[in-house]
Amino acid sequence: MNQRSLSRNAWIAFFVTPGLAIVAIFIILPLFMSLFNSLYFWRGMARLEFAGLENFRRIFFQYPFSERFFNALGNNVKWFTTTMLVQNTLGLLFGYFLSRRIPGSPVFQRVFFVPVLFSIVAVGFLWRLYLTPGTGLVNQFLLQAGLGSWARPWLGEQAIATYVIIAVNIWRWLGFPTLVFYAAINNVPQDCLEAAYLDGASETRVFFQVIVPLVIPAIMIITVLTMIGSLNVFEQIYTMTGLSGGPYYSTDTLGTLFYRTAFGGVDTGLPLIGVGSAIGVIIYLLTFASSALAILYFRGRETEL
Amino acid sequence: MTFDIKLKSTPPLKLAVYFLFFALMCVYVLLILYPLFNMFASSFKTTREIFQDPFSLPTAFSWDNYRQVWFEGGFSRYFLNSVTVTATSMAIVILFGSMAAFGVSRYKYRLSTLVYLLFLSGIMLPLKAAIIPLFLIVRNLGLMNTHLSLIFVFAAMGIPSTVFILAGFMRTIPRDLEDAARIDGCNDFSIYRRVIMPLSAPSIALVTIYNMVPIWNDFFFPLVFIQRDRLKTLPLGMSTFFGQFQINWALVFTALSIAILPMLIMYLFMSKYFIKGMTAGALK
Repeated sequence: MNQRSLSRNAWIAFFVTPGLAIVAIFIILPLFMSLFNSLYFWRGMARLEFAGLENFRRIFFQYPFSERFFNALGNNVKWFTTTMLVQNTLGLLFGYFLSRRIPGSPVFQRVFFVPVLFSIVAVGFLWRLYLTPGTGLVNQFLLQAGLGSWARPWLGEQAIATYVIIAVNIWRWLGFPTLVFYAAINNVPQDCLEAAYLDGASETRVFFQVIVPLVIPAIMIITVLTMIGSLNVFEQIYTMTGLSGGPYYSTDTLGTLFYRTAFGGVDTGLPLIGVGSAIGVIIYLLTFASSALAILYFRGRETEL
Repeated sequence: MTFDIKLKSTPPLKLAVYFLFFALMCVYVLLILYPLFNMFASSFKTTREIFQDPFSLPTAFSWDNYRQVWFEGGFSRYFLNSVTVTATSMAIVILFGSMAAFGVSRYKYRLSTLVYLLFLSGIMLPLKAAIIPLFLIVRNLGLMNTHLSLIFVFAAMGIPSTVFILAGFMRTIPRDLEDAARIDGCNDFSIYRRVIMPLSAPSIALVTIYNMVPIWNDFFFPLVFIQRDRLKTLPLGMSTFFGQFQINWALVFTALSIAILPMLIMYLFMSKYFIKGMTAGALK
């Protein structure tokens, strides 16, 4: 008996260890190293003495870090709210219409999902060319359509650059929430809808009071994914307005600020491991806290059949 | 079906809303297809032609741009590197991921929940935020400027969701099958290999697509770990190429077409699997 349970444990270890080792070394260990590193002073790659929360204090209160940090964080918030309001709302509505088997529904589904598969880098560079002021497709189109006054340097104006990049990202990703919601709405039992219609409920009412409550799990996952995605925006900025989030930091995000701090580029141009790790820790905490909040919020609103 | 839209019995205001959304969806389809079409068309033009009229169709058909980008621009190497790195990482993800899923779903033991939670935490933690320690680890292991650095990180990126999705599926396989195999003299590994894995094939297909697309497209980790040009993957190579040839739009459009085409062609043949696979994580 003892022999058997011993060999059973050996089998469990055999199956679990390789995967667990990779996850431990490359995901969990770095998390703790980030925490640890953020509590020390650094000179280049050399760790100096214990700093306590000094690195965090510098991020929140010391120029230029505080200014860059809150500016970047504000842009991440813009990413989240705009994506929720435009992309995910449209996704829910599109998903609903697709599930109503409108003509061409399968074609819409397939085409909508095409850009989801492309790399952010390719999409970013493609639209950077299209959005170029003089020769780009977008301004040329506006010019030929008689809307020349709308033409502008889309990525060069501080007030709109972030929203333009978000729009490009929505172009790439809208198909994802659409098809997630489509599948979720398709899973709503037909007799539920039938009963609601027989009771004389209008379509709007059925949508808000039957369908939406029943797809809360999908709404929750999309919200959490949007939060994680918005806090980790990097490639979109890197390819479209560059690592320093130009013009004049107006498109900067935590991701690009973090990268510049870690590998050199914030004012002094030197890598700042301590402050960089602290920004990394803040990104971890924000991701974790916002996802947890979203899950708690939606869990309370879930409807079981 | 009961809830298909019926045009005749629908009141006009509602009909107007339907048409509005239908029109919106058509606009989005155009917004997807035209820029892609324009990209391919531009890849057969000269930069001068693109600047003169970005909407015009190519006048002469020549593969010259493609030849230049593929051979002189280094895209043949970038492409090969991407294939190598993605295939190797995926092999590790599927092998170790399915083994771990088997280990947490088919045995009952005290630590199984803890092990499962450790894997789950890997889904929630954004790996990009750990780039500094990852950089230090990779450097200390002597893996800077090697494909192995990417393979390890991509494997770590893929294993958690693989365990999550596969364990969920493996839990539903009846235990009788396992017992029968055991009576026939199978040990635990052959149960995994000959009973559970074949039954999990459809889920494994989903997981493969779910992980392959982001790994193939990843730019961030190559950007940090790979400086040597001959080791670059497609997205990083694309970025380098853009930096060098920004002004030569014909070549940049060609490079973009090369970067986008493989995915598009695969999608044309298996769009259903791609949609199912990519949304697998969001739909349990």
